[in-house]
Amino acid sequence: MQGTTRKRPASTSRMLKALAFLTPAALMILIFVFYPVIRTVQLGFQSFNLFDQLNVGYNGLENFRNLINDPNFDRVLKNTFIWVFVSLFFQFTIGFGLALLMKKKFKFIGIYQGLIFIPWALSGFLMGLVWKWIFDESFGVLNDALLKLGLIDTRIPWLSNGNWGMAAVIIANVWYGVTFFVIMILAALQGVPTEMLEAAELDGANRFQTLFKVIIPYIRATLILIVLLRIMWITNFPDLIFGMTQGGPAGRTHIISSWLIEKLTLDADWGAASALGLMTMMILFVFTIFYLMATRLEKESGV
Amino acid sequence: MFTALGKSGKFLVLTIWLFFTVFPIYWMGLTSIKPKREVNDLYYIPNSSATLDNYRTLFRDYAFGIFLRNSLIVSLVASFIVIGLGILGAYALARYEFTGKAQVMLAFLATQMIPGLISLAPLYLLMQKLGLLNSLIGLTLCYVGGMVPFSTMMLRGFIQRIPPELDEAALIDGCNRFTALFRVVAPVALPGIAATFIFSFVQCWNELFLAMILIDSEGNKTFPVAMRSFIGGYWIEWGGLSAAVMVGIIPTVIIFGLMSKFMISGLSAGIVKG
Repeated sequence: MQGTTRKRPASTSRMLKALAFLTPAALMILIFVFYPVIRTVQLGFQSFNLFDQLNVGYNGLENFRNLINDPNFDRVLKNTFIWVFVSLFFQFTIGFGLALLMKKKFKFIGIYQGLIFIPWALSGFLMGLVWKWIFDESFGVLNDALLKLGLIDTRIPWLSNGNWGMAAVIIANVWYGVTFFVIMILAALQGVPTEMLEAAELDGANRFQTLFKVIIPYIRATLILIVLLRIMWITNFPDLIFGMTQGGPAGRTHIISSWLIEKLTLDADWGAASALGLMTMMILFVFTIFYLMATRLEKESGV
Repeated sequence: MFTALGKSGKFLVLTIWLFFTVFPIYWMGLTSIKPKREVNDLYYIPNSSATLDNYRTLFRDYAFGIFLRNSLIVSLVASFIVIGLGILGAYALARYEFTGKAQVMLAFLATQMIPGLISLAPLYLLMQKLGLLNSLIGLTLCYVGGMVPFSTMMLRGFIQRIPPELDEAALIDGCNRFTALFRVVAPVALPGIAATFIFSFVQCWNELFLAMILIDSEGNKTFPVAMRSFIGGYWIEWGGLSAAVMVGIIPTVIIFGLMSKFMISGLSAGIVKG
C-alpha cells in the first residue's frame, strides 16, 4: 500500500471505507457514462435502424464509408470548423476584454455580473428560438433596426441563405458563450499576485506590456485549458442551431453534432449517428494531442 | 489597453455588452405581451395594448403546467441525488489515500472529454431493456449519471479547502466518518454544495435531446420537449412561443440571479463543462 494520509498510515479498513463512499458515484458513472461509450463503439459498426431492431448486424466500416461519401459530409465538416473557431475567437477576445474591464471593482458590479452572466443559465435550444425570431427576415427586429438606422437597404435573408445562416448562428453562439470566458478569465485574473503588477508598474511597464508580459504569461496554463475545453464544448453544442435553423436551409447550417441529432431523430439511423459520434471523438482526440503538443512546444522555445 | 478609452470608454463598452446580452430576452418578453394581432408590429416599447393573453393560453390550452411540473421534479430529484452521491465520492477523493486513487480521478476527469451526444442512442437502448422508456424515473437516472462526475470533482474542490483537523476533531468527539461528513464537513461546504446543486439543476432543466428521445407521451414531457413539439410545424405562432420561452427561462434566471456570487466562485473552482 503506497498511499498515506498526512498522519495515519493507510490500512485495509480505511481503504474499504473510502471504497464504500466512492462506490455509488462510481457505479453511476460506469453504467451511464462508460457503458454508453462502449455501446456506441459497437453501434458504430452495426447497421442499426431504430424501427427495424430485428435486422441488426455488423457491417464493418460501412457506416463510416457512407458518411464520408455523403454529399453533405464535406460541408458539415467545414461548417463545424468555421462554427468552432469563429465563435471561439469572438467569445475569447470579447470575454477577455470584459474580464479586464471588470477586474477592478466598480459600483453595482454585482448586479452587472449577475446580468451579463445570465446567458450561461439559459437553455441553448430556447435561446435558439429567441434568435430565430430576432433574425426573422420579414418581422425580425434585427432587419428592422438595421433598416431604420440606414445600415442596409434591403432585408438580409438571415435564415433562408446558407452563408447568412452560418453568420446568424455564430452571432447567437458568441452571445451565448462569452459568459464562460468572462467567469473563467476573471477568476484567473484575480489569482495574479498584486505584487507582480505593482513591480511591473514600478519598472515603468505600460498597460500593454503588463498585459502581455506579466498577466498573460501568468495565467497562460489556465487559458490553454479553458480554450481546449471550450473547443470540445462548442463542437458538441447543437442546441442553438437546433432551435434556430435545424441545420437548414437544406442542411446548409449543419455542424457535425446537429447532423448527428438529425440522423438520430429524423432518420432513426443509429449506426450512422454512432459512427458520426465516434468520428467526432477521434477528431477531438487527435486535435487535443496536437493542441497540447503545440502549446508545450511554444512554452519550451520560450515564445 | 484601455488607457486610450479612459474610464467613460470602459463604461461605454460595458454598457454596450449589457445591452447586447439583455436585449434578446427583452425582445422576447415584449413579444410575449403583445396582443396576437400586433405580434408582427415592430415597436420597441410596451404600449397600452399589453396583455397576458399569451400566458393564459399557454397554461389553459396547452397544459404547460404539467410540463413545468415534470421538469421541476426531474431537475430537483436528479440534483438532490447528484449532491448525495457527489458528496460521498468527493469526501473519499478529498480525504482518503488508497491504491488506484490516481486512476479513479483520471476516470472521473476523462468523462469530461466524452461528448454527451454519443450516449443518446445507448441510453435509449439501456432504458428500453430496463423498461424505463417514457418514464421520468429513467430520465432522472440518466441525468444523475451524466452529472455525477463533474459534481463530484467540483465538490471535492470545496471539501479540500476545509482543514482535515475539523473532521478529526469530530471523530474524537465520537462521530464516525459518515456523521462527521454530514454534521461537520457538509455544513461548512454549504456554499460549494449550493453552487454544485444549481449547476446541476440548470443543466437538467435545460436538457433537450435525451428527454426528446426517451419521453414520448404528452403527460411525461419535460418543458424543452414540449417546446419542441410546440414548434413542430412550418408555421410558428410567435406570440404563444415567446410566452413559453419566457416561462422556460425565468426559473433559471431567478435562481442564477440570486446565486450568481456562489456560482462564479464555484464554477471557476473546477474544470467546467457547460
